[in-house]
Amino acid sequence: MGKTLTEKVLGRKAGKDVQAGEVITISPDVILSHDNSAAIIQEFRKLGVKKVRAPEKIVIVLDHIVPASDEKYAQNHKSIREFVAEQGIPNFFDINAGICHQVLPEQGFALPGKVIVGSDSHTPSYGALGAFATGIGRTETACTWATDEIWLRVPETMRIDLSGRFRAGVFAKDLSLKLIGDHGAEMANYRAVEFAGPAAGDFSVGARLTLANMSAEMGAKNGYFAPDAKTLKWLEGRARGPFVVASSDPDARFESILAYDLDALEPQVACPHTVDNVKPIGAVAGKPVNQVLIGTCTNGRLEDLEAAAAIFKGRKVHSGVRCLVIPASWEVYREALKSGALAILADAGCVILNSGCGPCLGAHEGIMAAGEICLSTSNRNFRGRMGHRDSEIYLASPATAAATAVAGKIADPREFA
Amino acid sequence: MSQGKVWKYGDNVNTDVIFPGRYTYQIMPPEEMAKHALEDLDPEFAGSVRPGDIIVAGKNFGCGSSREQAAACLKGAGVRAVVARSFARIYFRNAINLGLAVLQCDEAVEALEKGDAVDLDLAKGEIRSAKGTFRFLPLPDSVIGILDAGGLLEYTKKKLAKE
Repeated sequence: MGKTLTEKVLGRKAGKDVQAGEVITISPDVILSHDNSAAIIQEFRKLGVKKVRAPEKIVIVLDHIVPASDEKYAQNHKSIREFVAEQGIPNFFDINAGICHQVLPEQGFALPGKVIVGSDSHTPSYGALGAFATGIGRTETACTWATDEIWLRVPETMRIDLSGRFRAGVFAKDLSLKLIGDHGAEMANYRAVEFAGPAAGDFSVGARLTLANMSAEMGAKNGYFAPDAKTLKWLEGRARGPFVVASSDPDARFESILAYDLDALEPQVACPHTVDNVKPIGAVAGKPVNQVLIGTCTNGRLEDLEAAAAIFKGRKVHSGVRCLVIPASWEVYREALKSGALAILADAGCVILNSGCGPCLGAHEGIMAAGEICLSTSNRNFRGRMGHRDSEIYLASPATAAATAVAGKIADPREFA
Repeated sequence: MSQGKVWKYGDNVNTDVIFPGRYTYQIMPPEEMAKHALEDLDPEFAGSVRPGDIIVAGKNFGCGSSREQAAACLKGAGVRAVVARSFARIYFRNAINLGLAVLQCDEAVEALEKGDAVDLDLAKGEIRSAKGTFRFLPLPDSVIGILDAGGLLEYTKKKLAKE
């Protein structure tokens, strides 16, 4: 019996043959945390050890509330900076880096075959590059800092075979929403999701990051694309050290296999208040919105900003709409400056904010009042997430978001070609 | 063994409604977190919940963010256990790591309603009520050691002390 990519990667770390269902204890390659490091530090202090076990494995990125919006957050950041200095943690990214899920790939930490655990639910993003990456909690992160060990259950794998090509105006985000709408928010709970099939190789690394990121909304433990020539090319000049490429054997055991034809896909929108409440664009077009958010770890990359700019070019943000744009990282920000995308967005009347998580998690930079509606390129639309419990969030692609900002109501990007 | 009453909710109760993001990056003790528990789902809960109460919900309880406060706030509020058809994976880990019992039992979810009085017997693996006695799935061996130690921090402390 062959092995899945996940079984191979975890087996290599465990130093033995492993299969789905087995519980193993391993030493991860990267332990990620962000602003919540402040809370993790408090838990770590309770463990009675002075030093983290492997400072070189810890990566801390400040992204959730940057720059600090009040004294409490400022104190959190300060205590993190002090801890980083005290422990000699070499990989610390302050407020001028961007969202961790963009920074780790850009900075060459997210590599094929690596095991990455992170105190953030969208840690599975790194599967886009063939890593095994999964989210854990704060206490668990503190304990992993201290022990350099974590227990994991080797997950079963669901494979999604992709064929065909996206039509104009349709993107990886639409595919992810369609999958979650068709199969529900726990479609892959506890499991790995492999994105495969003849179309998988056509996906850009950015599009792969979007899908792996959204695998968290499928409930997945990890979501991934097997590394290919595109992966290796993207990693040139970025990879920090060697890595081992793995992919699933042809006779690997998949718990289930779904097939999707990209040609048949149209733009999708997730409606309030669950990510699996998905409708085709035609069913929701015309709904007025107050705010549009283009950015986040799901859809804040250069290709996302350029897809939005293609629609904004020569057009204006509707007078009744606040359109917020947040490049996922400062690398993306600088690239979008050079490509001219940011100039188009600024000319159109978008408000361009500093790289970070922005209002996605409801802490600052664009919180909504009661009754307000936002169409966002982010990954969650739970009640109250972006402000008042009586505000609403719709989720869609950057192109749909840009079309919506121009129209002042939810709009089909294919009408703005 | 503990006694309490049932708080009943549906499927996909997510971490944003269990513990809103607006408080997530404010560091506070569990009893303070408890004041915001389920704030955006059931405003009545935080003021009325009593130690020993249990939450009964549908599938995928705790989906969404990895925020541990979504488990800590319920524990802080005195919730003895969450009984659901299934749990989101990070929530399941977080709850175990904090010593909050998370139990899967379809029959209990089908039978129990808000306000029902229940006895929970973790050792026997039973929930008893006027509507019957329900047995829940035993927890995996890998997590029992952590629960027995009172959570992952205590478990890790003991392990580190041995080294």
